[in-house]
Amino acid sequence: MGKTLYEKIWDRHVVVQQQAQPDIIYIDLHLIHEVTSPQAFDGLRLANRKVRRPDRTLATMDHSIPTTDRHLPFEDKIAEQQVEALRQNCKDFGIELFDLFSARQGIVHIIAPELGLTQPGQTIVCGDSHTATHGAFGTLAFGIGTSEVEHVLATQTLKQYKSKTMAINFNGKLPIGVTAKDLILALIGKYGHDFATGYVLEYRGEAIRNLTMEERMTICNMSIEIGARAGLIAPDATTFDYLKGKEYVPQGQEWEAVMEDWRLLQSDEDADFDRAVEFDCSEIEPQVTWGTNPGLVVGINSKVPGPAEVAEEKRQMVESALAYMDLEPGTAITDIAVNTVFIGSCTNGRIQDLREAAKVVAGYRVASGIRALVVPGSQSVKQQAEDEGLAEIFMDAGFEWREAGCSMCLGMNPDIAKPGDRVASTSNRNFEGRQGRDSKSHLVSPSMAAAAAIKGHFVDVRNWPIKVGEGV
Amino acid sequence: MEAFKTHTGIVAPLDRANIDTDAIIPKQFLKRIKRSGYGQFLFYDWRFDKNEQENPDFLLNREPYRNATVLLTRDNFGCGSSREHAPWAIEDFGFRAVIAPSFADIFYNNCFKNGILPIQLPAEDVQQLFEKASVPGYQLTVNLEKNFIADGQGYEKSFEVDDYRRNMLLNGLDEISATIQYDAEITDFEKNHKIHYSL
Repeated sequence: MGKTLYEKIWDRHVVVQQQAQPDIIYIDLHLIHEVTSPQAFDGLRLANRKVRRPDRTLATMDHSIPTTDRHLPFEDKIAEQQVEALRQNCKDFGIELFDLFSARQGIVHIIAPELGLTQPGQTIVCGDSHTATHGAFGTLAFGIGTSEVEHVLATQTLKQYKSKTMAINFNGKLPIGVTAKDLILALIGKYGHDFATGYVLEYRGEAIRNLTMEERMTICNMSIEIGARAGLIAPDATTFDYLKGKEYVPQGQEWEAVMEDWRLLQSDEDADFDRAVEFDCSEIEPQVTWGTNPGLVVGINSKVPGPAEVAEEKRQMVESALAYMDLEPGTAITDIAVNTVFIGSCTNGRIQDLREAAKVVAGYRVASGIRALVVPGSQSVKQQAEDEGLAEIFMDAGFEWREAGCSMCLGMNPDIAKPGDRVASTSNRNFEGRQGRDSKSHLVSPSMAAAAAIKGHFVDVRNWPIKVGEGV
Repeated sequence: MEAFKTHTGIVAPLDRANIDTDAIIPKQFLKRIKRSGYGQFLFYDWRFDKNEQENPDFLLNREPYRNATVLLTRDNFGCGSSREHAPWAIEDFGFRAVIAPSFADIFYNNCFKNGILPIQLPAEDVQQLFEKASVPGYQLTVNLEKNFIADGQGYEKSFEVDDYRRNMLLNGLDEISATIQYDAEITDFEKNHKIHYSL
């Protein structure tokens, strides 16, 4: 019997295996940020413990920081204390920190791939549920709680039960104008946002092979939104092309040897998944969430569903979602007006996302009364977007152009949606109050968000009149 | 961590599925750098209105539920963000056990690190408990030594929890101390394990 990619990575990392206990597995890279780490460092101090491998630990600040001018003092003193605590902890324990003024600062899941720290076959953890992003490289990456952050700091290992495995086979080609974000939202919409609880997913099939690394990261990023522990994509030529020449990736002869090894990171033909799902990509439209979890989503040319249209056990969920979102069943998605647009996050804050949004925005103006933000996922993405002229396109159109950070994805920094605001957001969660108390979030792709900013309501971006010669 | 052997307390029936960790503890309270004191913010947007006044209709603002210690809820409890502030808030409010038909993975795992017992029961059993708990003040005893819950009025139901986690809770064990016992094995592993960079 062959092995799945997940099992192969797992086997490479088992340190101790015992009867009736979780395995102790080795962690290759531990990413930390200001929000879920301070209590872990306190725990180390209390027990008089050190960080076992500072050289396998990287810190940045992203969640609670402002994305406005970094030279201004923090308005939020509690957030400032948290950032200061991370500085002190990194100093005390000898951990490299990409601080606010570092050219390498950014959202933790954006910076590790762009530096080449995320490599096939590794294990990566972070006190953040979107750690699955790194799975796009054939890397076993998952979110952990603060107690486990402390465990990894102290031992560079975790005690883990093996998850069940599920193959997600995407069949057919993704239609033109339909993005990776639409693909993953459509999958969650079909199966529900707790469908994969207890599983690690492997995304497979032609549509996945055709995606860029940025797009694959968008897919894996949202694995948690279907309930999965992690999501994997086997590495291939696209992966190697992306990694080649990156700062932390081996060069020259060693590169060749490393690629040989990475090529082994494929599920065997006869590998046995606990479950397999076939998903047809060819009919997907651009997606817009209408409810209060990512599974409550429809195509742009659909209408908001009503309780009568869903199975009885889902009726209560739909009713409370409609009430919170202040939407009537039967409303055309294209009739939903927004007053806030957020482009960014670990889901869609990479350079390709900004290019796609800029293509839509070029030559247009943001509709009046709309607050529109573009928040690059990292300072490096920001720099590149400025070099490519994308920043100028956004600013000319009336978007705010910000410093890197998590920003309005989770509203725990000054970028908060106000009560009643309706947000077209490229982020990953539309839970009640996620982006700000009583605000209403609609998850979409970057190009869909850009089009909503221009029109003031959702439109089918496949019919968008792109103005050529506008610098993109 | 406080050991969990057996516990008796008032059941709070929170009849809602898919309660995410953003709802359990909203983001504005995640900036604190301490591990304690989160109970006052539990279910904040439901417990308090925009003017920070208690919402009198919310279950946990009513007697006897202010003193509830067993939380009864529906499917997919604790989904979303990995924030351990969620179990910290639940524990700090006074809850020792959470009963639901299903839990999100990370949350479930986080509970055991904080002395909270998450009990997964079939949906029909949870439904039955909701009916029983509609009587205010309904109490359950949660016995982890013998893996059952009972109400002292004839209702008794066994539950499953894997032996490793059960043992950790029963004895209030610290997982890090246990793993450090394998320091030599970890060092051995590191000698042969290739990582292509150092930070």
